[in-house]
Amino acid sequence: MTVIPSGNLQTTTPAKNYGTNILRWGAIAFVVIFCLAPVMWQVLTSFKVNQDIAAVPTIYFPGRITLNHYIELFNRRPFWRYIFNSAFVSIVSTAFSLALGAPAAYALARLRPWGGRVILAGILIVTLFPGILLFLGLLEIIQRLHLGNNYLSLIIPYTAINLPLTILVLRSFFEQLPKDLEDAARVDGYNTLQMLVQILLPMTIPALVTTGILTFIFAWNEFIFALTFITREEMKTIPVGAAQLGGASGFEIPYGPIAAATIVGTLPLVVLVLFFQRKIIQGLSAGAVKG
Amino acid sequence: MAKLELKNLNKTYTPKVIPVKDISLTVDDNQFLSLLGPSGCGKSTTLRMIAGLEEPTHGRILLGNEDITFKRPGDRNMAMVFQSYALYPHMTVYENLASGLKLKKTPHAEIQHRVKEVSQLLGLEDLLHRKPGQLSGGQRQRVAVGRALVRRAQVYLLDEPLSNLDALLRERVRADIKQIFATQKVPVVYVTHDQTEAMTLSTKVAVLNNGYVQQLDSPARIYNHPANLFVAGFVGSPQMNLLTLPCQTNYAVLGDSKIPLPDFPTVPPQIVLGIRPENVRIAQPEDQQTIRGQVYLVENLGMHNLVSVRVTGSDAAPLSVRALLPPDQSWSDEEITLALPPQNVHWFDVHSGDALHSTHSYPAS
Repeated sequence: MTVIPSGNLQTTTPAKNYGTNILRWGAIAFVVIFCLAPVMWQVLTSFKVNQDIAAVPTIYFPGRITLNHYIELFNRRPFWRYIFNSAFVSIVSTAFSLALGAPAAYALARLRPWGGRVILAGILIVTLFPGILLFLGLLEIIQRLHLGNNYLSLIIPYTAINLPLTILVLRSFFEQLPKDLEDAARVDGYNTLQMLVQILLPMTIPALVTTGILTFIFAWNEFIFALTFITREEMKTIPVGAAQLGGASGFEIPYGPIAAATIVGTLPLVVLVLFFQRKIIQGLSAGAVKG
Repeated sequence: MAKLELKNLNKTYTPKVIPVKDISLTVDDNQFLSLLGPSGCGKSTTLRMIAGLEEPTHGRILLGNEDITFKRPGDRNMAMVFQSYALYPHMTVYENLASGLKLKKTPHAEIQHRVKEVSQLLGLEDLLHRKPGQLSGGQRQRVAVGRALVRRAQVYLLDEPLSNLDALLRERVRADIKQIFATQKVPVVYVTHDQTEAMTLSTKVAVLNNGYVQQLDSPARIYNHPANLFVAGFVGSPQMNLLTLPCQTNYAVLGDSKIPLPDFPTVPPQIVLGIRPENVRIAQPEDQQTIRGQVYLVENLGMHNLVSVRVTGSDAAPLSVRALLPPDQSWSDEEITLALPPQNVHWFDVHSGDALHSTHSYPAS
């Protein structure tokens, strides 16, 4: 009675699959377009000639393609310098936040310091502050310390802002590592630092890469601090440089170069993320599988 | 080379959590000591204190004549095999074996030589370039043992190294471990909750419970002369029959039967009788000390039948005795007569649990 006629099954299943497939691909296409449309718009704009950018009705897909905006970017502005500045500040603050965060995370996870819970709560509370609220205080400090127009004025805040995330992520990662492993290392004769560097960190690479990339992206894209603390042209970072691109007159907005600057500024991040993609996915799904 | 000595070791975490209360032991060269006990008896904590992974609250640990109580684990020249193997997952088998030696700045040629020697012994030669993730459980276990052996340590510590293997492999590795560590000629301390492992591997067994050593003896003496009720009940499978019986003059009353007591200095009002199921047999006409009862459960263990018998005449407080009988023997379920050979009967004090000895027999060491 409960047996389903097999012929019926065979005829319905492919049709049903076909339907769900269309639905699935439709959904995927929608999400991709929804997310990438603004980016695509910038990409297209960066290749349009000026007339096409200003044309009414809007020209979506340009017939004429030019690289002038890019050339202009590097000729009229020290854009290589901006890229270098951004890269330097981002790499150094990422390195600092990992180098300081990893030992701190390990200490919180395993050495169980006195008041560890309070410290952890404090770290968590720091992440709740909107960064912008710290801005005036930071400005004051930087003036007092005469750090204006110094890379340190960016590196220190970036490191500090990203430390809580680094510590929290790495700490939970360290806690998942089997404790026997550390005991084995200690019996083998490793001291705490050797153990951290030679045994634990190599196993933590996915988490290091994940937090490292997040820190890097933050530092690369940060605008307000970079705008305020740095005024010298040759020390500006990409976001500030791109925002300050001016036209021939105050009334002209140079959409083309801005779009080009946006693309140039984003490209390194895209390359970086694609390069480390597999590691990130491992890091985000850490703990799903027993180490 | 050196003997390992624990003196009044105590580990107190909080006033209520005291896993190790007072443990004193010595392990000589060539001795294989098992710490045997149920979970939570303090055996692992004791081992971790020997390794230096935990600091004792009181007491001393001596190696040779040197006090190593507060030495760092890496400076003790002890090697340890962990229950979870704890191999370094990002290193190859070779690197895993060599890491401890590299840290001690052993010359490269020496490292290669020792790794080669150990990997030959354990059959790891073809696996040296694999990572632990590519090994089977048994192979990982061998690497873990190998990592200890290359160290040529003064003491080997093993923390339940077989408990993650399947039953068949466990038996084989157990035999291997016995052979390998017999050639090392140094003290070996082995932690286990598995009495078979403790009995088969060790030259000496320390039965632990509740943070104290209950008995420290050779496996045979632990089995044949348990020092107290805990040891009697913990060692041996199926478990020893332990019956609390009232005493009359110089008899213990078991149902309808009277079991004569050996000549104790004083006869207590109650006493615990212990006899292993494998020592209980169906009574022959010449047997003196017998009990009668009804069979209520038969468990077939393959080479034996484990028969549970309710003793006749114990209706007020039903007593049951389990007997391990050969499978070819037959009996009547309604009425069975069992013999309790006097030489196999153990007596224990009801209150202290200590074994009672007649004035004639020599006391257990």
